Amino acid sequence: MFKYLATHLPKVVLAPTAIVMLVCMYGFIGWTAGLSFTKSRMLPQWEFVGLTQYEKLFSNPRWMVALDNLLIFTLLFIFISLVLGLLLAIFLDRKVRGEGVIRTIYLYPMAISFVVTGTAWKWILNPGLGLEKLAHDLGFSNFEFRWLVDQDMAIYTIVIAAVWQSSGFVMAMFLAGLRGVDDNLVKAAQVDGASVIQTYWHIILPLMKPVFFGAVVVLAHIAIKSFDLVQALTGGGPGYASDLPANFMYTFAFSRAQMGLGAASAMVMLGGVLAILVPYLYSELRSKKS
Amino acid sequence: MKFKLHALAAATTLAMTPVSQAADVEVLHWWTSGGEAASVQFLKQQLEGKNVGWTDFAVAGGGGESAMTVLKSRAISGNPPTAAQIKGPSIQEWGELGFLASIDDVANAADWDNLLPSVVSDVMKYNGEYVAAPVNVHRVNWLWANPAVFQKAGATIPTTWDDFMLQAQKLKDAGFVALAHGGQAWQDATVFEAVVLGVGGADYYQKAFVEGDMAALNSDTTVEVFETFGKLRQYIDANSPGRDWNVATSMVINGEAGMQIMGDWAKGEFKVAGKNVGTDYVCVAAPGTSGSFTFNVDSFAFFTQSDDAKSAAQGVMADAILSTEFQEVFNLNKGSIPARLSMDRAEFDSCAHDSMDAFIASSQTGGLVPSFAHGMAVSEAVAGAIYDTATNFFNSSDSAEQGAKQLVAAIAAAQ
Repeated sequence: MFKYLATHLPKVVLAPTAIVMLVCMYGFIGWTAGLSFTKSRMLPQWEFVGLTQYEKLFSNPRWMVALDNLLIFTLLFIFISLVLGLLLAIFLDRKVRGEGVIRTIYLYPMAISFVVTGTAWKWILNPGLGLEKLAHDLGFSNFEFRWLVDQDMAIYTIVIAAVWQSSGFVMAMFLAGLRGVDDNLVKAAQVDGASVIQTYWHIILPLMKPVFFGAVVVLAHIAIKSFDLVQALTGGGPGYASDLPANFMYTFAFSRAQMGLGAASAMVMLGGVLAILVPYLYSELRSKKS
Repeated sequence: MKFKLHALAAATTLAMTPVSQAADVEVLHWWTSGGEAASVQFLKQQLEGKNVGWTDFAVAGGGGESAMTVLKSRAISGNPPTAAQIKGPSIQEWGELGFLASIDDVANAADWDNLLPSVVSDVMKYNGEYVAAPVNVHRVNWLWANPAVFQKAGATIPTTWDDFMLQAQKLKDAGFVALAHGGQAWQDATVFEAVVLGVGGADYYQKAFVEGDMAALNSDTTVEVFETFGKLRQYIDANSPGRDWNVATSMVINGEAGMQIMGDWAKGEFKVAGKNVGTDYVCVAAPGTSGSFTFNVDSFAFFTQSDDAKSAAQGVMADAILSTEFQEVFNLNKGSIPARLSMDRAEFDSCAHDSMDAFIASSQTGGLVPSFAHGMAVSEAVAGAIYDTATNFFNSSDSAEQGAKQLVAAIAAAQ
């Protein structure tokens, strides 16, 4: 009896989680995939129409704007967060005084939800309330900063807010990585006469490769599922110029009574996530085996 | 001693509760603010007077979007509320899905067909039977103006769109914001709707934006509509994107802006600010639409119940909604006019009187049209397509031809 338990207990303990995962993740992914091939409008209707919803989706200008925005947002957000996070981590790693305090300050935005970040930046970037008004009040009457209300620039305000929120987190990841670098390597480089920049560029950064990878995966999935930030900061506006796919999906599935179209957009988003995750998982699993 | 008092109090409360409670109605709505909440309270009291309990199921936010999401999940799980605030073509969609209960008995007994104008009663029926009860009629095509601002700028309140551009320019030159506007999709659509009606006229509106007739949509009128709509871009201020409608109204109230195009719910804001109609603010029909009336009717739809007592309670509720007392109190609070015809109008203000006159007059000339910006005219999908094109056009520098082309494509794709 005891032996039976000992061999099977782990399975018994894991079973509920596995079932919940199977039903709530994969089951509903399957359900959504099914819906995306139906003509469902307000409520699910199992009348299959093939790829019609996908055709509609890709002929919808709003979806194309959302996809463009996702590309702009993801690339800029990941790139700027990485660079800023890395620089902050390197500076902090130079044994500055009050490191603990500074680290906490940089990390704090991460503790705030995107809704709060979005609302705060909405006020900061609003020309009539925030930066522009401040500059005018200080006497710089030519100062103009109107990205928030400009159809072509609104998506960049979302990048600003998201970078502000997440670069501290990237900093923490890199800081942990930098602390793990063997001091002897750095000393050896110094003995060989390498400058600080050379040491970082040729020795420390290559060692950070796993951290880069981890940071990119975390940031990429934050970017793809971004919803609340857009909702709070621009509401998708002006017009629908700053919509991201998640906002599109929500609007069409829940408030526009076009559930089939919403499901199709959700499946395309899932495809985007998989495109990032599968290579990562593949490389992870392979490196563990070898 | 203290304990005894409590027990006594409890016993008294128990004794006072009527034993023969018919049934409760559970009502899903999103009227949670100020005057609206007071109106709902009044309905609740009326029903309690008739031994029908009221379970409040208020889901605030998003102009009813969140409430609709909750309603859908309740309906799918087989546990819909007794009644829910649903309006316009959505009533038909719910009817097609087989969720709605007929209240024809009550409606016929009270002769609703004669109490309600036919445009309203048509919306309340599914398959020829009443499934919903209307509470009010909003007129959407209003222009709210601050006469003091117009005087300072030497401008007059416009009645046509051509005149609007002249007067707006005067306001702008005098340093005012000519048109107070909030750059949210539904507000863009509200202004767009007024332009469609003013430039195209009621027939064009009906054909293109209610029936979705491609020939009308492809006509030159659509381009003209977008030309006028596009000209309005220069008369709003740069801070408008994302602004709430009531903030825009307050710009008119405090003399920062000259005009706002908004439905009659804006009146509530003027009233709360202690302003008087005629002197502090004026309401006129949106330019070029004085003979027309875009209506937005709120209503409660009734869901099929398994319990007979609950169906009976639905009847009581439907009857109470159409009662003159409720229609008067509710609409005085909300700024709209009663859905029920030929009621005593003494309590209502002059804007409401204008609205009532226009309602009756336009119903005879064909100028009475459902508002597409407020979910009365077309399915949510088509309304969404119009929203998207209108708001995208208004916030871009696209030409009128481009706007018209996008609109036609978007409506065709959504139909």
